[in-house]
Amino acid sequence: MSKTRVPVREQCPKKRVTNFEEVCLGYSLEEATQEASRCLNCKNAKCVGDCPVSINIPGFISHVKKGEIAEAAKVIAEASALPAVCGRVCPQESQCEGKCILGIKGEAVAIGKLERFVADWARENNVDTAQVEPKNGKKVAVIGSGPAGLTCAGDLARKGYEVTIFEALHEPGGVLVYGIPEFRLPKETVVKSEIENLKKMGVAIETNVVIGKTVTIDQLLDEEGFEAVFIGSGAGLPKFMGIPGENANGVFSANEFLTRNNLMKAFKEDYSTPIKAGKKVAVVGGGNVAMDAARTAARLGAETHIVYRRSESELPARVEEVHHAKEEGIIFDVLTNPTQVIIDDKGWVSGLRCIKMELGEPDASGRRKPVEVPNSEFVMDVDTVIMSLGTSPNPLISSTTVGLETNKWQCIVADEETGLTSRERVFAGGDAVTGAATVILAMGAGKKAAKAIDEMLMGKK
Amino acid sequence: MYKIVEKRQLAPQIYLMEIEAPRVAKSAKPGQFIIVKMDEKGERIPLTVCDYNAAKGTVTIVFQTLGKSTLEMAEYQVGDNFSDFAGPLGQASEFIHEDIEALKQQKIVFVAGGVGTAPVYPQVKWLQQQGVQVDVIIGARNKEMVILEDEMKALGATVYVTTDDGSNGHKGLVTEVLKGLIDNGAQYDHVIAIGPMIMMKFVAKLTKEYNIKTTISLNPIMVDGTGMCGACRVTVGSEIKFACVDGPEFDGHLVDFDEAMRRQAMYKTEEGRAVLEAEKSSHKHTGGCCGGHHHE
Repeated sequence: MSKTRVPVREQCPKKRVTNFEEVCLGYSLEEATQEASRCLNCKNAKCVGDCPVSINIPGFISHVKKGEIAEAAKVIAEASALPAVCGRVCPQESQCEGKCILGIKGEAVAIGKLERFVADWARENNVDTAQVEPKNGKKVAVIGSGPAGLTCAGDLARKGYEVTIFEALHEPGGVLVYGIPEFRLPKETVVKSEIENLKKMGVAIETNVVIGKTVTIDQLLDEEGFEAVFIGSGAGLPKFMGIPGENANGVFSANEFLTRNNLMKAFKEDYSTPIKAGKKVAVVGGGNVAMDAARTAARLGAETHIVYRRSESELPARVEEVHHAKEEGIIFDVLTNPTQVIIDDKGWVSGLRCIKMELGEPDASGRRKPVEVPNSEFVMDVDTVIMSLGTSPNPLISSTTVGLETNKWQCIVADEETGLTSRERVFAGGDAVTGAATVILAMGAGKKAAKAIDEMLMGKK
Repeated sequence: MYKIVEKRQLAPQIYLMEIEAPRVAKSAKPGQFIIVKMDEKGERIPLTVCDYNAAKGTVTIVFQTLGKSTLEMAEYQVGDNFSDFAGPLGQASEFIHEDIEALKQQKIVFVAGGVGTAPVYPQVKWLQQQGVQVDVIIGARNKEMVILEDEMKALGATVYVTTDDGSNGHKGLVTEVLKGLIDNGAQYDHVIAIGPMIMMKFVAKLTKEYNIKTTISLNPIMVDGTGMCGACRVTVGSEIKFACVDGPEFDGHLVDFDEAMRRQAMYKTEEGRAVLEAEKSSHKHTGGCCGGHHHE
């Protein structure tokens, strides 16, 4: 038994930083079966317990071992509607792979890469995993077509519900489409095809419908015949620092920068939406979104810096993303905090004033709190600043739905097990409830809500 | 898909289109805007709503051709479809939440500049239909560029027209007409100005001297129009607001117009810039910052 995993092929860093094609090339059938053979098929598999959607991991891997990829795909499909997405963007190292017994003395089984392989193979070989029960005549509305909404819609459609997803933008997928870049998650091959699978199960998707503006939740329930509503509208509002000069031309939210590039495809010349990456970019923040913004700016030709106020070991981004960013030449300026955007006489960014930080006592998050080093201010020579400080839920829905309770962060209050909100027949899950988190946690919430909606409408509870 | 059911050219470079969009038509209110995207590769273009008909399921938009995207849009004909049409977005005009009887006691004047006359129309229509008599000052470069004058008159509003060259109505700026009306005794309680940023800035400056409540409507750069991108952020008083969800209408005495104008120029291409250069001499009334499109 090898202690190390079968390495996965990647585009070489020098080449990939000049294109938007996928970084990770994935396993071949041979590599996948070899990696799968490392799995011990534990009786009490710890990996499953840490998967928010409880995929039967040893189950699907044992099929991969035998080369039965279509069977493996069906095992995954019982739990997840978006395997090709999850295999790419889940933080496996802190979930399934983090619990793998092999990880104690060597490397955990590459569960994520195997999931990705199975999903890609199933797509390329047209494996039909969509098993749908007969229609039960009940209508459910799902708001938002991101990971939470797609999962909830998929589970309900499988049970025979007539599901309509309402999406505010012109393209379904939510953060999978506007947020995560092409080089981590290909839109046409991966995201679109997973959404097509849902449509095959009978899910209807209505784009350009901004719930709270175009139509309200009450109208959906009272006038359009929906018997339950699931809100998976995400956390889309960007935060800014509140420092002087932040409204200068050339200061963008990571949301704007990524949406222009990913959803609007500004990186492709034949699309009309413009993007400005500048020559030298500072991305402020240390999460996965900051890495995505930085790596996008680098691909648009800019010298790119990550500016983060804590030290490298506190970076909230996945280790793999930080590693990839470094390989691509992103410069990490840690223990550095911006204090002012410097503006030229035409109103454009001409520099970013920063102060050095050092780590003090642990704060509420358990991480050591960064404190300013006196007299350490300096000016970074940049022409573009991208703020990647996190996002919060959009109040468009909560402010137009009477009786829908939110907390002080504008997150919708929902029961952790069922997703039920303070409003009857209205459920919620994903970032709209938790604030910005991961794709797979949102999927887990969508799944729980689908189960609760089914139980409610079928009178099981 | 969203079908074009009517198209008219209102002035050189200014087009009106009526679009089939039943959900938007049902919910639209004066003051709100929509986002239109022509085809797969197009931009998301924010445009203020000019009219809506819930029964017919249509929404009317008016736009000025300023660059690549809007020129392309002007090529669309009746029967053609836009791939996307989302809305209504933003807040409705403040007055629709007010008591009608109280509104009738107020003296309201609209100041409309160039293509900015279009978003004024549904507001005047709503008020006149509620029995609130309003005044409207329409400013344009010349006679040809005056739009919706007859339509406003047909609603029963008192209309004053002014042009740069005097070819229609008064010769001069909208601010001169407004000042003249005030100085001659018009007791305005509320001024609502929609047009080029520079016009709104000077209207607000004038009304500040007279201490008259003033509302303006911004149409800044935006991508999604739902609060996600933050591109439309504007300083109002000491606060940062997002025009797409907090606006588009704001207190004209609190808006930082200089910053807003600077931000609006962020994505101007050479082509768009050339058009603006050509119009520079008469920038007081025209220019494209209202009801137009800002990525060019």
